[in-house]
Amino acid sequence: MTNTSLSNAFITILKRDLTLALRTRSEIANPLIFFVIVVSLFPLAVSPEAGLLRTVAPGVIWVAALLSTMLSLDSIFRSDFEDGSLEQMLLSPHPTTILVLGKVTAHWLVSGLPLILLSPLLGVLLFLPFEAMPALLMTLALGTPVLSLVGAIGVALTVGLRRGGVLLSLLVLPLYIPVLIFASNAIATAAADLSIKGQLYFLAAMLALALTLAPLATAAALRISLR
Amino acid sequence: MTPNPPHSTNEGLEVRNLSCSREDRDLFSDLSFHLTAGHAIQIEGPNGSGKTTLLRMLCGLRLPDEGGIYWNGHDIAEERALFLSNLNYIGHAHGVKGELTPLENLRVSQSMAARNNTLSLDDALETVGLFGFEDVPSRTLSAGQRRRVALARLLINPVPLWILDEPFTAIDAQGQKQIEDMITSHVLNGGMAILTSHHPLDLSEDHLSSVNLGQ
Repeated sequence: MTNTSLSNAFITILKRDLTLALRTRSEIANPLIFFVIVVSLFPLAVSPEAGLLRTVAPGVIWVAALLSTMLSLDSIFRSDFEDGSLEQMLLSPHPTTILVLGKVTAHWLVSGLPLILLSPLLGVLLFLPFEAMPALLMTLALGTPVLSLVGAIGVALTVGLRRGGVLLSLLVLPLYIPVLIFASNAIATAAADLSIKGQLYFLAAMLALALTLAPLATAAALRISLR
Repeated sequence: MTPNPPHSTNEGLEVRNLSCSREDRDLFSDLSFHLTAGHAIQIEGPNGSGKTTLLRMLCGLRLPDEGGIYWNGHDIAEERALFLSNLNYIGHAHGVKGELTPLENLRVSQSMAARNNTLSLDDALETVGLFGFEDVPSRTLSAGQRRRVALARLLINPVPLWILDEPFTAIDAQGQKQIEDMITSHVLNGGMAILTSHHPLDLSEDHLSSVNLGQ
């Protein structure tokens, strides 16, 4: 198998999943609407006071982003598992890791990227200082791919179960905690006008680790789930 | 890696002492057979006798409890990519996406395969009787038509080994005849096929044998 047919397989899966996502728009929209609603409810429920909201903003935005990613995770493999497409993918002579990477990339483009684009607006809503905006964008850009990649392992492990939802959260949440801590800490630090290089490097390291190892783990987990 | 050109293998698929049990019930045990080029095997047995399980095992989706499966003498668990580039499997859930059109479905299958035929996708769809349905979402097609989309994959990926789970389900009499012709001509041209079906195949005994499960 040549390299061109490998990248061809990756692009085919990516295009296929993006097409599918565009044709079932409500599935993409739900997590995004959830993200916006959760964040915009905070000023109403807690207090509209700028000082308080500014302090909680990094945490609120990141928790909402994390939960909305979890909402969309199941869609990575669920429908493919049910209609047999996943079987066909595992039976393709191309390495499953490449196909998994294509699917996860599509998931991130559909669920992670819109979060990043929406976040400055929600930052303004929560009086996040302007200095912290680049940090918000950077942490989301480094963090949301990790959420998709790590989440895919959890979904692959639970896709064969009839009600894997709770188990999925239990499996995946502990792995999300480091991302959450470093990302929201980075934003708070940036708001205080301090350097956030350390946190960003750590997030970047987690992304590199997830990008290299998660597809392997996901492919192995899919094999087990389909057995 | 250079996959064997289609139809040039003479060793085929060999199953040695395969056993499978499920929830403390033996589905089959000590099953052995050898499929060579130009032959088809029909798996027979009552419902629940493990036909689908056997086929999934032969594809390497499920691990055998005991025994081994060999493609041209290589264990399929070890030489996975080599084996898979010679295999077309159509299962119960045939993997046709309802939101994609038949043409888009085939295009995906085409890039997932190791090698491709010169036959165009449109021609493949026409052969399985879906002319005029290329660009409608597959979910609007009937169950039989969706299965035909899946069967069109057999035409665009020229591989020696076909493993088909109930290929005639939901397909009308005329379609069954077409698919039967597809299978017989594949076998007579030196291909191999394993299928579960209660439908008799029009092949002479030289080319067709049967494996009976659940006795």
